Amino acid sequence: MNDPILEMRGVSKSFFGIKALRAVDLTVYAGEIHALMGENGAGKSTLMKILSGAYRPDPGGEIRIEGKPARIEGPLGGRAAGISIIYQELSLAPNLSVAENIYLGREVSRSGLLARGTMREGVGPILQRLGADFLPSTLVAHLSMGQRQLVEIARALHTRSKILIMDEPTTALSAGESERLFALIRQLRAEGLAIIYISHRMDEVYALGDRVTVLRDGRLVGSLDKQDIRADAIVRMMVGRDVSSFYKKDHDPEAGKGHPVLTAIDMADGHRVKGCSLTVHAGEVVGLAGLIGAGRTELAHLIVGAAPKISGRLELEGQPIDIRTPGEALEAGIAYLTEDRKALGLFLDMSCLDNINLAVLGRDARLGWFLDRDKARERADRAFAGLSIRAANVGVPAGGLSGGNQQKVLLSRLLAIAPKVLILDEPTRGVDVGAKSEIYSIIDNLAKAGTAILVISSDLPEIIGICDRVIVMRSGHIAGEVRRTETAPLTQEDIMALATGTEHLDA
Amino acid sequence: MPDNGSTPAKAATADGLAAAQATKRQRVRLLIRAAGMLPVLLLLCGGFHYLSDGRFFTGQNLGIVLQQAAVNTVLAAGMTFVILTGGIDLSVGSILAASAMAGLTISKLPELGALWLPVAVLTGLGFGVINGALIALLRLPPFIVTLGSLTAVRGLARLLGADTTVFNPSIPYAFIGNGSLTLVPGVASIPWLSVIALLVILVSWLVLRRTVLGVHIYAVGGNESAARLAGIKVWAVLIFVYGVSGMLAGLGGGMQAARLYAANGLQLGQSYELDAITAVILGGTSFVGGIGSIWGTLVGALIIAVLSNGLILTGVSDIWQYVIKGLVIIGAVALDRYRLQGSART
Repeated sequence: MNDPILEMRGVSKSFFGIKALRAVDLTVYAGEIHALMGENGAGKSTLMKILSGAYRPDPGGEIRIEGKPARIEGPLGGRAAGISIIYQELSLAPNLSVAENIYLGREVSRSGLLARGTMREGVGPILQRLGADFLPSTLVAHLSMGQRQLVEIARALHTRSKILIMDEPTTALSAGESERLFALIRQLRAEGLAIIYISHRMDEVYALGDRVTVLRDGRLVGSLDKQDIRADAIVRMMVGRDVSSFYKKDHDPEAGKGHPVLTAIDMADGHRVKGCSLTVHAGEVVGLAGLIGAGRTELAHLIVGAAPKISGRLELEGQPIDIRTPGEALEAGIAYLTEDRKALGLFLDMSCLDNINLAVLGRDARLGWFLDRDKARERADRAFAGLSIRAANVGVPAGGLSGGNQQKVLLSRLLAIAPKVLILDEPTRGVDVGAKSEIYSIIDNLAKAGTAILVISSDLPEIIGICDRVIVMRSGHIAGEVRRTETAPLTQEDIMALATGTEHLDA
Repeated sequence: MPDNGSTPAKAATADGLAAAQATKRQRVRLLIRAAGMLPVLLLLCGGFHYLSDGRFFTGQNLGIVLQQAAVNTVLAAGMTFVILTGGIDLSVGSILAASAMAGLTISKLPELGALWLPVAVLTGLGFGVINGALIALLRLPPFIVTLGSLTAVRGLARLLGADTTVFNPSIPYAFIGNGSLTLVPGVASIPWLSVIALLVILVSWLVLRRTVLGVHIYAVGGNESAARLAGIKVWAVLIFVYGVSGMLAGLGGGMQAARLYAANGLQLGQSYELDAITAVILGGTSFVGGIGSIWGTLVGALIIAVLSNGLILTGVSDIWQYVIKGLVIIGAVALDRYRLQGSART
């Protein structure tokens, strides 16, 4: 192989005496896709921030770019050294046009006036090369998440970056958009870029990675070449132990058969959901699959009264029930775990204790008003023990926890009401491998205890791993259902066929 | 539930140690945050005592400071509720004037005179609830709604007295405006106005920290969408906080009326909202909502009162008092920002 484009040797970083990164080596070659994996807190983002210039590494390590020692300093340092980072949360200004975003910070001006025309022409060829289907003058606010990602990539190419770092780029993308992104990433590889690809998702690493490097607790665990990339090997490297059964499904769906808990009939909101009906039985885990934008989250919002419906009715344990607000849903025993825990779920400044107890404060209160602090404390302690939430104590603000622990705190709030129906929207998004497996086992135990569970997920292996049957949505309709049988397991192909509308093509 | 029993003992102790350390750090941080502006207040007191040749820490002067802080403390307590939800109430000065006018007018009626104080408080509550309803039910921005009522209620205050000053030298319960509660006869007493202010602070603390409603107020300020999805009746919380702010402005109006035996719809309570907001901000309550405490607000209100009093004691001219007060506010908040930034890393 040719000389490496990026070489990191013995790079460390500590914060106030705590080592976030310990003597990590990383070698990346031009024209390769280098997957970087590790649980949350393993040091991936610290490493990335060193490459971007946001953090300065501890003395002693060495970073070479194209063989020359590089000093990356300040937020623009990474870009100057030819490194661009595309963050999970995209860093575009939605109120500006595509061209203005690409030129942000390096605007072209003519005698002090902004040269909009020149800028538009300047980005044209790059957008074309990326196969963009929008104009340089389009406002970013009008673009989909996938299109925004293209703008980020265009910005990186425009600064002539040689190394492109992507942090979980498919988190907000639909399956189709992800496929297009993968094709583009392969094209960039062919053009000679080095791509560092950070992801939690095994299927993506399979599909893309030429090499995988795994970090754990700030240390380099090792690298695997393409032919050695296997899920169990990577998981073992990430968590440092064998994960015998990653997905846990011990509950017996037959147990609750014939006892429908939640029945939704003809739900519609007039935009994204067009007459959907579904039933979830006691003790059953039902998947709700579909492409992003198929209306799964919107349907869940209709069921719990978080959005106004124009038609549809609900039955809970056979009785008609009218739900107009999420509060009424909770009272009836229907709990919904949002897909966006930071924006719609948690109160990041409030303690874990308050976050966990929020839904039952009124029920527990003394004289109807006064907090029962002992009961709240007890409940929070139980949740911490039962769901193995890792934080210093129940009093710390929820915002300081890792993604997996935040998710467990939010889940504890819902479990506090002892729900009959639990709707989980992307329950393991942004959650590390260890916590993922714990969440699966919580779901499994709830099903065993008779809870009716509906899981919305874009992670097909996850849906197949934990669900008894899968309802598939496509553009606002229920496209069909895939069942697990004695002889035939659930397959990604069957689900994708329904989700994309190609199920009749095989026949 | 996942079985955690197999965790090696060594890892458990290491975890425990780290947790204990984190708890300790957490405690220190909380202490710093809770102390907030208290050191600034104490420094100001000490400084003025020195600069005024020992005239600050006298029983009489401290009584004056407490009395001067009282009305603003009451307004700022209400403002704390509002700002904790991420809102703002610009109308408290006008509501204070209108409530004082309504109270004084009633106090002159022979058969209803004794009811003047409840009337003042209820007048304030009424205006506050209207503010809250407009904000919660019509989803109008708090700044706009209360900016509107700042003007409109001021007009109503003037209408109530036909644009004159209403006097009542024999107003019932006048003692709350000028009397003092004797703690130790001949040695220590505390103005009734300050007693009321302290009670308001205590009840506010009770509501904010010990009731379900209090948690809901912090939740709405912390993340309104999440609060709605968590089943909190956001509209009810909003009506409540603006109602409280209005009601306490009404109480403030009653306190002023009792103190002055008079009220003027045009002049009373002019720009009081600014002092109330300043006290809340000095007290460390976040302007975007969700973070803050009523004790901080009390300290903030005291800082404002001590500044006014101390600058007079040291003979600083009226014009320079404005400049210095403004600079202290900016400086104090800048210090606070800096202090919190240092501890924000987790």
